Amino acid sequence: MTLHAEIELVRGSFELGVEFDVPAGSVLAILGPNGSGKSSLLGSLSGLLRPRRATITFGGRELHGLAPHARAVGLLSQDPLLFPHLSAVDNVAFSPRSKGAGRAQAREIAHRWLAEVDAEGLADRKPSQLSGGQAQRVAIARALAGEPDLLLLDEPLAALDVDAAPAIRGLLRRVLAGNSTRATILVTHDPLDALALADHVLVMASGHAVERGPTREVLAAPRTAFTARIAGLNLITGTAVEDGLRTGDGRFVAGIPAKDTALGEPAVAVFAPSAVAVYPAEDGHPGSPRNTVVTAVTAVEPHGPIIRLRTEAGLSADLTPAAVADLGLEPGTPVRLSIKATAVAVYPIV
Amino acid sequence: MLWIPAAAALALVVLPVVGLLVRTDLTRLPGLIVSTPSLTALRLSLETAAVSTLACIVLGVPLAVVLARSSFRGLRVLRAIVLLPLVLPPVVGGLALLYLLGRKGFLGYALSVAMGVQIPFTTTAVIIAQTFVAMPFLVVSLEGALRNAGDAYEQVAATLGAKPWTVFRRVTLPLLLPALGSGAVLSFARALGEFGATITFAGSLDGVTRTLPLAVYTQAESDIDSAVALSLLLIVVAVVVIAVARPRALEGNPS
Repeated sequence: MTLHAEIELVRGSFELGVEFDVPAGSVLAILGPNGSGKSSLLGSLSGLLRPRRATITFGGRELHGLAPHARAVGLLSQDPLLFPHLSAVDNVAFSPRSKGAGRAQAREIAHRWLAEVDAEGLADRKPSQLSGGQAQRVAIARALAGEPDLLLLDEPLAALDVDAAPAIRGLLRRVLAGNSTRATILVTHDPLDALALADHVLVMASGHAVERGPTREVLAAPRTAFTARIAGLNLITGTAVEDGLRTGDGRFVAGIPAKDTALGEPAVAVFAPSAVAVYPAEDGHPGSPRNTVVTAVTAVEPHGPIIRLRTEAGLSADLTPAAVADLGLEPGTPVRLSIKATAVAVYPIV
Repeated sequence: MLWIPAAAALALVVLPVVGLLVRTDLTRLPGLIVSTPSLTALRLSLETAAVSTLACIVLGVPLAVVLARSSFRGLRVLRAIVLLPLVLPPVVGGLALLYLLGRKGFLGYALSVAMGVQIPFTTTAVIIAQTFVAMPFLVVSLEGALRNAGDAYEQVAATLGAKPWTVFRRVTLPLLLPALGSGAVLSFARALGEFGATITFAGSLDGVTRTLPLAVYTQAESDIDSAVALSLLLIVVAVVVIAVARPRALEGNPS
């Protein structure tokens, strides 16, 4: 079973044209800045928007001609949008009820899903009595309780505060991984969400796909300047250890592990090129950054107002043109990169 | 600086009522209020206002949802037309109803020929007149609430597999209840005070179409004390409606 979608949409002067496949059991991240057409794309998939032309099939079933309620999609947006007049458990029971389950049966399903998202204790609360993170948990349970063929996640972590987001990200990772019959599409502007949740990524710019591929390949080695600018990340794979990660060749990378990182399990250390400081190789002062890498420059690429430096170690650094001139950087120049441990996040591998 | 005009505005509302109270002959008051004609008028007023409020809800809720949720050419014109009874002098509304449903009106003629039904100068005419003038209050307050709330909840409900009727019944309607409450109270109050359209379209027949405001008007020509007493009765009913229903939207804290 695979979701196949070809969508063409016109809104005023904005044109969107994109086509992709999502096999059941996998997650496709659609990555792009605001205004790149991500939300219009989700609207077309859920049926809430009428595109000019759309072919959407899931395992041979044609979805594009159907009304939203008949498509078997689940939608989770950044606003939980729990029905304010229903308790948490009745919110979750809404979809089973709408699809024909009896009252008692729907409640039973709802309690099961609330337990699944660790929100069983919130069952009888009204949405106004829930925190943002709690409400998003209930909203996840509600979207999943309808057993959708297609799950659409629209920036599900964007509205959460920094304390709640990692827990919800971990929860999403768990519920997404435990399913093999559902296709999931995650729309986000945050490459970290894509990295944590998605198998594949599609990068969109002004209504069109500019790059696609396996998430880690695309994020670590963007082939287009656009992707590099919005989603380029330094990724180092290895094994999670106390306070960081150990690479296959025994190097230690100090970082902050995500909450659901298990020691000894495969993991990836992630940091933005902008978090990398560049020093001349012979400069002897290590300073406070725990991570230092001695390497040589392989490429100097301008990306709009910044210059991205690529190095032999496979890491990138973002600098201002003035800094590049000051340090006299060009391909072949030996440099020492340093990254503060607090700028490095360690995630389990999907 | 705002205190002076604010006090003037308040005085404009309160002083006439005080004037009425001062004019009242307290010794005759109980006898006048519990007299058969005034009780008949009170009962007719409450019954017709209740039925027309119900009619406003049954017809007005779907109209408000259609106005707030659809988009088609001429929607703005339609919205303006719905407001017409609000700005039209009620007497004109009554005349219009008379020339639609009266014996010479095209619908009234058809009704009387086909079914033998006469509408003008019956209790039904009172209810139609009241519904005509009161419906815009309900539609306007509901439509505003619907527009403010947006349709995000309805969209989520649709993706959760709810058919349009289920969405309306389980999401739209419950979320609308507070606005529906205050809209219904406004409509009831307007129906209770309706005069011009009623007297033009339904006349002033004791026990059939003579509601409380019409009774006040009739009495004012012969027995002014009795008219004042009936006015007090009307004020008491109005105050009770406001106190009991206490529409939240009117107090400026919806939700």
